[in-house]
Amino acid sequence: MKVVVDMNKCQDHGQCVFAAPDVFSMDDDGHLAYVPDPADALRDEVEEAADVCPLQAIRIED
Amino acid sequence: MTGRILVAGASLGGLRAAEQLRAAGWTGAVTVVGDEPHMPYNRPPLSKEVLAGKAPFASLAFTPRSAAQDVEWRLGTKVVSAGLAERTVALDDGSTVSYDGLVVATGVRPRRLRCPGPLTGRHTVRTLADAQRLRDELTRPGARVVVVGAGFIGCEVAATAVGLGVAEVTVVDPLPLPMVGPLGALLARALLRRHEERGVRFALGVGVTGFEGEDRVTGVRLADGAVLPADVVVESVGSVANVEWLEGNGLDLSDGVLTDELLRVGGRPEAIAVGDVARFPNARYDGVPRRVEHWSIPTDTAKHAAKSLVAHLSGSEQELTPFAPLPTFWSDQHEFRLQSFGAPVLGLDDVRVLDGDPEGDVLVGYHLDGRLTGVVALGGHAVATSAARYRAQLLKQPALTS
Repeated sequence: MKVVVDMNKCQDHGQCVFAAPDVFSMDDDGHLAYVPDPADALRDEVEEAADVCPLQAIRIED
Repeated sequence: MTGRILVAGASLGGLRAAEQLRAAGWTGAVTVVGDEPHMPYNRPPLSKEVLAGKAPFASLAFTPRSAAQDVEWRLGTKVVSAGLAERTVALDDGSTVSYDGLVVATGVRPRRLRCPGPLTGRHTVRTLADAQRLRDELTRPGARVVVVGAGFIGCEVAATAVGLGVAEVTVVDPLPLPMVGPLGALLARALLRRHEERGVRFALGVGVTGFEGEDRVTGVRLADGAVLPADVVVESVGSVANVEWLEGNGLDLSDGVLTDELLRVGGRPEAIAVGDVARFPNARYDGVPRRVEHWSIPTDTAKHAAKSLVAHLSGSEQELTPFAPLPTFWSDQHEFRLQSFGAPVLGLDDVRVLDGDPEGDVLVGYHLDGRLTGVVALGGHAVATSAARYRAQLLKQPALTS
């Protein structure tokens, strides 16, 4: 599974970090970091992260 | 599985319901009916980036999940009535649709002021068309703006108007402080100061009695007799749930549509409600049914309600748990953010500063019987992140109901 975050849209709300902590995290400056190619077993939580992003900046490419 | 699920309402709640019906295993037809001409789009930017001219429509459109690609969208069409006993709905194009399952997702519309005066020049912010019309007027040179209602939308619009360089913007509210209902006095005072420092004026503790002007509004008349000159008025005085189409079915429609703890409507397992039209009990708290207008609610309700609907339609004996979401909201105003987790409103009588200082960035905790019910951060990114640290604690706490 391929995950793409539109960093022009991202406003560091961090909701994705709650939904999928294995894939998304905040760095020391409070900016988003993420795993671009997570295991397919994490699909449910990545979909949840995409749903709860207030800016709808997360896209899953199969 | 065969049959049809009809989703009434094509905004975030309708979209998430359609997606979650597929995720829950429904393979029958799904038809979504919505009165706006657009596919579902994200509304929070309407009072901020869209008004500011920074976000084109294409950036607002949701991307439906691939599993929901075969959903039928009937846009520009309104549901006008329903017969829950017959399992039919009537549409404004004269057609009638039968269903096996119904999703109520018709949302809310802005409440309007009824006091006398002209209508032209008075705006609300709910739809893309609303925001585009308002932007046209806010960007006229020298615009004097009066915002009626100091809630989420009123405060956001006032901040955006300042950013657009309007001549003046005044926020009017009968309550003594902005957003005092959801935030309490301590944080509302800090919010007021931040707005005033950035050029927003306030007329608080006073209501509106009428609008001046012949063909279009030229001023706002207040209960104390003062008149605020205005070229543009924004009415942000709350919402009315779109439930008229459900009348005549014996439902409790006193504020939205009442649901049970599985988001079922009128005791009918084949009818569910999602989003801000639903008045649901939250098993995490006191069990009192409430409508909740936070952005997270359409997604949370859709996920839970779709499971209960599909379980019923597929004859599953699966045990379903009561709906118990952890509320969260945010609001971006000027360059700062309000970020909340939990239910501050249940702990307004015991408000404590957890971090920082109300003069600067601050994190506030709300308590009931000594227990934390919610947190709100006001300020920059660091304090919003500190609010998130309390989220796990709020999630772990036992229900308030016992």
